[in-house]
Amino acid sequence: MRISRWLADRWVMGVALLVLGYLSLPIVVVAGLSFNRPSSRLSYDFNEFTLDNWTHPCATSDMCDSVVRSVQIGFIATLVSTVLGTLMAFALVRHRFRGRSGINLLIFLPMATPELVMGTSLLALFVAAGVPQGFWTIVIAHVMFCVSFVVVTVKARLAGMDSRLEEAAMDLYASEWQTFRRITLPLVLPGIVAAALLAFSLSFDDFIITNFNAGTTVTFPMYVWGAAQRGIPPQVNVIGTAMFVIALLLVGVSSLRGRRAKRRS
Amino acid sequence: MTALAHVPTSSGQPAAPPAARRGRYRLLPYLLLLPGAAWLLIFFALPLLQLAAASLYDPSGSLSTGYALTWAVGNYPDALQAYWPQFVRSFAYSAIALVLALLMGYPLAYAIAQKAGRWKNLLLVCVVAPMFTSFLVRTLAWKTILSDNGALVGLLRDVHLLGPDGRLLATPIAVVLGLTYNFLPFLVLPLYASLERLDYRLLEAASDLYASPLRAFRKVTLPLSMPGLIAGTLLFFIPATGDYINAELLGTPNEYMIGNLIDSAFLVRLDYPQGAALSFLLMAAILAVVFVYLRKAGTEEVL
Repeated sequence: MRISRWLADRWVMGVALLVLGYLSLPIVVVAGLSFNRPSSRLSYDFNEFTLDNWTHPCATSDMCDSVVRSVQIGFIATLVSTVLGTLMAFALVRHRFRGRSGINLLIFLPMATPELVMGTSLLALFVAAGVPQGFWTIVIAHVMFCVSFVVVTVKARLAGMDSRLEEAAMDLYASEWQTFRRITLPLVLPGIVAAALLAFSLSFDDFIITNFNAGTTVTFPMYVWGAAQRGIPPQVNVIGTAMFVIALLLVGVSSLRGRRAKRRS
Repeated sequence: MTALAHVPTSSGQPAAPPAARRGRYRLLPYLLLLPGAAWLLIFFALPLLQLAAASLYDPSGSLSTGYALTWAVGNYPDALQAYWPQFVRSFAYSAIALVLALLMGYPLAYAIAQKAGRWKNLLLVCVVAPMFTSFLVRTLAWKTILSDNGALVGLLRDVHLLGPDGRLLATPIAVVLGLTYNFLPFLVLPLYASLERLDYRLLEAASDLYASPLRAFRKVTLPLSMPGLIAGTLLFFIPATGDYINAELLGTPNEYMIGNLIDSAFLVRLDYPQGAALSFLLMAAILAVVFVYLRKAGTEEVL
């Protein structure tokens, strides 16, 4: 029994590590290819080591333009969706009102609908209304699919919050505004920041919905899609690697801070 | 407003607002909801109606001459007749990918939840790490991994699993592998959340009562992980069926899924009625599968 349990433990862990290898392999390849000098435009094989891609990330200026555009769209969409979603989360957790189930459905459905359907339907609306597609239609679309994720993230934080802290503040004659500013907001802030980061990453990486509503505007995923037909410049892998490193740093910093906060309390 | 009269809020509704505040701000929740709800109504719900209308346009119209809404229900059977192979393929690919993902994802989620100890958080980061980089860039990386000149194809040819000219890229295998890879984290995370709450002592009790490990898994672990399994399966299946990036980048037109045709109907052929009909058929088919699945699985509370 002992031996079979021991084997069972190791068996599951072994499979798990293999699966993690499968999940990590493409990232290793992307990082490797960022140091590659491809033999031809359409070759995806590793050819020769070089640092050129990292020293000249903007050698193909279209690509850098598309990255800048994606960042701009990401910032605006994040700002708007975080504000809208946070307000909704407050209403849902802190207030009683009629029509709660309808609102919940409206928030849930965009997360369950295939992106393809949301993208094509928004395009149909813009065409029918005579709105030309471009930068701002992308922003509208991104806010639309980010809002639900913001609501869910902030709601989780709000629901787990100890409301007695606010009651204590009010018992000590803090005004409602003071209570909100000094107690509620600082406590919810980590949830709002997490929601904003999630919204930005969803916006920055979205391809399907963007593709239908972009007109001639090119975001980074759309650039990669177009370049896949013409030949991918190796700098695309520099961007891919840099994104990965930045996200990893963010996760590392936040987990370190969380650990320190826990130790302090 | 003095808040001294507060009674501790009842536990039924989490963090129910104090009674006095509720009375004063009856309109506040609606004001808070208004901007977000309006955005979702105008840019999510209304477009669905527009898409429904577009799917019933007279198919002889065009973007330049304009479309007439003639309730052309025939667009649906026409679209299905023209593209049923791609429909079947979409569901077949995502079903195979789902089975592969379950075989890989269940042990992974179980190992992280129950066996990882202090490495738990690190392993969780490894699960979501692929999502830190761009979807398209990481999908393109599979072109390098599965390349005809790559180590993997070389190895498979050496052990005669592939013929001397056999390849992986531009085959259904590549597309299914790509789908499995890209959506696996969506399956693993909810499954992990369920398995993490599993009390290991239940398994010990089962084995004390002479259950074999397999039987203990079937009777204890699996039923208790059901909510996560159902949520994860849906989170995997819905985007995988609607995906066309993997088919485009790792396959050929012979591997095209329904998404590739919807993309070309809207952006290349500019046949809006057909594209809209295909979109709705896809949504209806996915909803039907999800509905039947939830009925079978017997849990409706996950949604």
